[in-house]
Amino acid sequence: MSEARHIVTSYGQELQRLRTLMTEMGGMVENQVALATQAIVSGDPAVATQAVELDASVDAHDRDAEQMVIRMLALRQPLANDLRQIVAAMKITAALERIGDYAKNMARRSIVLGQYRLPFSMTGLANMSRLVQENLKLVIDALGENDADKARQVWVSDQAIDEIYNSIFRELVTYMMEDARNITPCTHLLFIAKNLERIGDHATNIAEHVHYAVTGEALTEQRPKGDGSAYAVVRLPDDVDAA
Amino acid sequence: MNEVVSAGGSATMGMSAAMPRSSATLASARVAIRNLDFYYGENKALKGIALDLPERQVTGMIGPSGCGKSTLLRVLNRMYDLYPGQRATGEVMMDGENILADDVDRNALRSRVGMVFQKPTPFPMTIYENIAFGVKLHESLSKSAMDERVEWSLSRAALWGEVKDRLDSSAMGLSGGQQQRLCIARTIAVRPEVILLDEPTSALDPLSTLKVEELIDELKRDFTIAIVTHNMQQAARCADQVAFFYLGEVVEVAPAAQLFTAPKQKRTQEYITGRFG
Amino acid sequence: MSATLDATPRLMPAKRDEAVAARLGRRRKTTDQVVRILCLLATVIGLLFLLSIIVTLVYKGLDALSPRVFTTPTKPTGENGGLVNAIVGSLIQTGIGTAIGTPIGLLVGTYLAEYSRGSRLGNAVRFVSDVLLSAPSILIGLFVYQILVVPFGGFSGWAGCVALAVIVIPIVVRTTEDMLRLIPDTLREAVIGLGSPKWKMITLICWRAAASGLATGILLAIARVAGETAPLLFTSLGNNSWSMNLSGPFPSLPITIYAYAGSPYEDWIALAWTGALIITLGVLSLNILARTVLRSRK
Repeated sequence: MSEARHIVTSYGQELQRLRTLMTEMGGMVENQVALATQAIVSGDPAVATQAVELDASVDAHDRDAEQMVIRMLALRQPLANDLRQIVAAMKITAALERIGDYAKNMARRSIVLGQYRLPFSMTGLANMSRLVQENLKLVIDALGENDADKARQVWVSDQAIDEIYNSIFRELVTYMMEDARNITPCTHLLFIAKNLERIGDHATNIAEHVHYAVTGEALTEQRPKGDGSAYAVVRLPDDVDAA
Repeated sequence: MNEVVSAGGSATMGMSAAMPRSSATLASARVAIRNLDFYYGENKALKGIALDLPERQVTGMIGPSGCGKSTLLRVLNRMYDLYPGQRATGEVMMDGENILADDVDRNALRSRVGMVFQKPTPFPMTIYENIAFGVKLHESLSKSAMDERVEWSLSRAALWGEVKDRLDSSAMGLSGGQQQRLCIARTIAVRPEVILLDEPTSALDPLSTLKVEELIDELKRDFTIAIVTHNMQQAARCADQVAFFYLGEVVEVAPAAQLFTAPKQKRTQEYITGRFG
Repeated sequence: MSATLDATPRLMPAKRDEAVAARLGRRRKTTDQVVRILCLLATVIGLLFLLSIIVTLVYKGLDALSPRVFTTPTKPTGENGGLVNAIVGSLIQTGIGTAIGTPIGLLVGTYLAEYSRGSRLGNAVRFVSDVLLSAPSILIGLFVYQILVVPFGGFSGWAGCVALAVIVIPIVVRTTEDMLRLIPDTLREAVIGLGSPKWKMITLICWRAAASGLATGILLAIARVAGETAPLLFTSLGNNSWSMNLSGPFPSLPITIYAYAGSPYEDWIALAWTGALIITLGVLSLNILARTVLRSRK
């Protein structure tokens, strides 16, 4: 949508700066998630440390963005799409900051995980991460391009991520029940998987904010969710109680 | 890692559906304007205006200079009749009759539709006489009834406390903000049904402006109000519904919260965000 | 000057030429001084004339000024006459003339300001009024002579009053219209907006708002006609005896001065100077009154 320029150029420039802050932040957290996944799969602590260290600038960007938002609300009295964009920016940077924190935690856990030899592969987790990263990239593109359609795409695809999470959950519980020595690493993996799932949720949140900021309409239908892990019960075949 | 997981939390903000300030969302129209055209000589200043002024709500009118907002206001109390060469065609329905008809009693109309102007215009008489003047035009009250009416209108205009001890002093000695509130008191003293405000605070300082806005909020409990303003934030603060005018036409009418957060027309958005106008 | 990287051209001149600026400044100062001196000179000359008139008036008028002037009517030379009948006659004719002319002037001025903005009739009326304002008063005297003296067979005080009224009318018309036009239209709209009929808006608000200006206009009209001689010459003619009969020739101060000043008698000439002094003082005090009225009501 080609927008006319603001009559007061400094106003337009401030909005642009805010947008740039957000896209930079988006790029950084994308990087963090990729690095964290790589650290988990490869077990390389150097990669994990990189991911952790990125978090400081992500937090700094979040603080800057918040300051900018408050300042613009006070000084510019924004209305309509400007108002929606500015308020959305505040929520989006908070969500991005949370994503960064999750990625940092994943990276930390990967260092611990590296001390264990795992008898199973982590393709499931790698797949989940790939999906999450795709969604994250898509939503950050939507953010940078003010594209409501891309935002909607992200919004509907969270379900796939949740389904993978469910299967990973079941898989890990099975491993834990098979062999008690698996419990510690599997628990870490469970937390990692949960973090990934939360990242996916936050990406969807960002998509909702972007959609509202661009169109003025909320994505009000029930978000397609598939996370049934809170209610899942996993049983081994021999455990089926006849009684 | 103990976070609260909000299951399916929808983190959208803002209001997609409009929430009008007053509870009377389905308020009937006190004044219904249909197909109104207005001419300054040969120049068509208003084109096919259709607008409702809901009962006991504040309708704000915004738009760039010269786009017809004040002109529309002056149609509603037929002020344009004072000037030859200005004419209006169409319908403005109030209580089932078209006030643009030739046989309408203009003085009676103006006692039902009052107007407050941009520049405060106190009459060159005492404060008491200022208020009594309008009342005496239409009613014949005893002294005590008139005293009551004067006190009532000055109280509703948030001026009573400041002038009650000097009702017999000249109105010209009041400050700008007080004079404007006096004009408002004078207008409501005749107990109109509709009050038209033409940029009522643009000549006032910020504090007086806020006092008048507070006044408008209270007055709308009893009167239907239409306010023309250049100040978008004022329209946002005061109005229940807002009409955006451009080049003599109504581009968009919507509840204030909706118009200022998610307007439907691109022109409206460009104007209110300061991209043109 | 700092180097600038932006593309907008600098609007400020690069550097002021101090020498040129100084030279222009000096020339300005000199012109200022010259004009100032010329204005002062003109003022002094004007004031000199004015002062000489006043001084002469006072000097010569004080000679014969005594209570007798205000108590004794005019008498033939040598009989110690006064001016009381002329003074009273002037007061009466001025008073009645103003009383006739003011309401007419007020209403015409109101018509021009309120009812006929831009209309052709209004423009015509205004034009005629302005012409009348600067018409030689002797013409007015002749006109009234034709309509009120000749048909009735004789000079009369009434004719004199009418002549003065005809002079008063255009003055009051002009000031009324000017004062009413000064009232902003927003005030009128505010009154109409309350549901007031037009005539009430005019009488109750506009007249009241313009009151001090209207009063000033009337005072100035009085000051003007108080000293008129020519119109009275052909209408009331003047009377040397104590006559209060307006249907016949009527005394007035300017005519008495005219008669006495042209006579060869010293006491009459002295009385003429006194009469002139009295008129001057009267008109002066009316003007001062007019100004203070206008200032106090602001």
